[in-house]
Amino acid sequence: MSVADQAPRFASPVDQRMWSERIPAPWWIFGLILLLLPIVANNFWLFQIMGWTFILGMIGLSLMFLAGYGGMVSLLQMSIAGMAGYMVAILGPSGAANVSLGLSWWIVLPAAFLIAALFATISGALAVRTDGIYTIMITLAIAAAFFYFTRQNYSVFNGYSGFNLVLPPKFFGVNWRDPLAFYYLTLACAALCYGAVVYLARSPFGLALQGVRDNPRRMAALGFNVTAHRVAAYALASVFASTGGILLVWQNAQIAPGTIGISSAIDVLVVAVVGGMRRPLGPFIGAFIYVLLQVFSTDILGFFGFSADRFKLIIGIGFLAIVLFSPDGVLGLWDRWRAGLAARKAATTGGGA
Amino acid sequence: MNAPVVSSRMNVPGAGNASSGNALELRGITKMFGALAAISDVTLSVKPGERRAVLGSNGAGKTTLFNCITGDFLPTAGLVRFFGEDVTVFPPHERIRRGLRRTYQISSLFTGLSVMDNVYLACCGVSRNRFSLVRPRPDDALVQAAEILVEAVHLTDDKDRLVGELAYGQQRQLEIALALSGAPRFVLFDEPAAGLSPTERADLVTILTSLPAHIGFIIIEHDMDVALRVAESVTMMHNGRIFKEGRSDEIESDPEVQELYLGGGHAQH
Repeated sequence: MSVADQAPRFASPVDQRMWSERIPAPWWIFGLILLLLPIVANNFWLFQIMGWTFILGMIGLSLMFLAGYGGMVSLLQMSIAGMAGYMVAILGPSGAANVSLGLSWWIVLPAAFLIAALFATISGALAVRTDGIYTIMITLAIAAAFFYFTRQNYSVFNGYSGFNLVLPPKFFGVNWRDPLAFYYLTLACAALCYGAVVYLARSPFGLALQGVRDNPRRMAALGFNVTAHRVAAYALASVFASTGGILLVWQNAQIAPGTIGISSAIDVLVVAVVGGMRRPLGPFIGAFIYVLLQVFSTDILGFFGFSADRFKLIIGIGFLAIVLFSPDGVLGLWDRWRAGLAARKAATTGGGA
Repeated sequence: MNAPVVSSRMNVPGAGNASSGNALELRGITKMFGALAAISDVTLSVKPGERRAVLGSNGAGKTTLFNCITGDFLPTAGLVRFFGEDVTVFPPHERIRRGLRRTYQISSLFTGLSVMDNVYLACCGVSRNRFSLVRPRPDDALVQAAEILVEAVHLTDDKDRLVGELAYGQQRQLEIALALSGAPRFVLFDEPAAGLSPTERADLVTILTSLPAHIGFIIIEHDMDVALRVAESVTMMHNGRIFKEGRSDEIESDPEVQELYLGGGHAQH
């Protein structure tokens, strides 16, 4: 897959307008809809569908950052999210009181981010010296190793059963697992992560990362340490994955090896590819489609007389269709539709002139 | 004439310990590709501020020599010193940060980014800002340095265009701007005039001759007219070895050189 051909097109690095003027009107409307959604949506939609979409979107976003901007397709992002989630369960309070340390949240949260970042950095350092399919293989190998390790290690990861009753702390006296509060919490985190990626893409680090993707040899000849830059990208991407991972544990109130299995690792890739790997919005679109399919597949499949656990069949067919017809995901389809519309409009006005 | 392209500050690691007094010193550089010696036993020294042309037919080993100097290839044998410091086994980015720069024979640019972004990236690469997560402000020193470089290679009017949309000659000029970012002390130009029109060649000569005097360079150039106008000394290479060295005028009139390289109308090749 040549990500380089689809490099995001940038405006001048120095845009004089205010940040609020730079955001197009459809975005304001989109944001308003998300903010006001709780008026019409029920708890199931807020908690299960939207909450999960945002979480999966953030984990997918960390992959989009690495793959879209850095050209590194990592299957490790679910493991990094899982590491952060596990750390919240291990260091903080949980139902497995004999293993969990029950520390207070202001130690637990920074520690979870740090340990996940360390895990990402070390794994990244192993992975960045490889290219293409080999990066996928080595990250898959690390993800598999971590999965089996959590399943077999009882002293730290509590083995097969994992941790249950992992609840979010009551910041500001709010029960953050209440559907409304959880919706806004995940929405805020997703918006922050999304904004951070959009912002970083135009920072010296982000520009250089795209340079490393397109022409590593030239970047070295400009004074950049290509390896260090790639490893740093893994560390940075871990922040988005960790945010998603911690929220995922709070949403499910539990974490177990199944959460970070190979199929989950591949699901993150599916989510990013289906949505579109070129832009930060892609993973969120992909996550929404994935979640809808997973949640409502029972009804759809039941209608055609299949069993509910065949929903992966639908996802798989959708994935194949996307990869075949739009390598740039759903967002790519949208782009092409708009370009076609604009061309038709130009043709009609041009014909009249 | 242009304003000085590059600031003359020399706050580069390794500055000032020029024990040998040479900007660049190569001793016995050999590069084998399998059983084939692309260059063998090349010994060469260039003084700070000296401008040297490297001439030779295709396959003489000129670009391989550049790759050994920049660290793109590690030489099979031999020693590379940059301002007195042994950089033989340094990775490319460490040499670049010490003030070495290069351009590529085939333009090696970021075609999906704008002209300004390309030059800005080059400026970041040799600054501590390369890991910065903060977007630059318009008055950022690196943005302004980039603007000056864009102007120096006469691309100000096209600074916001995507590099992929630029004409060939403009891309060659941008190559040069990238090589002049930060505080260069020594530049390797790999056939900068290749494919340029006569007007663009004249422009190139202006850009090269107006570089600050402390910046030395080696230029690989098939166009003798360009090479001899910008360089004061010449190294001739043949079959991976140094064949002759001397002042530009000596080399130009040397009968052996004439026979090997200049004769038969191959000069404009």
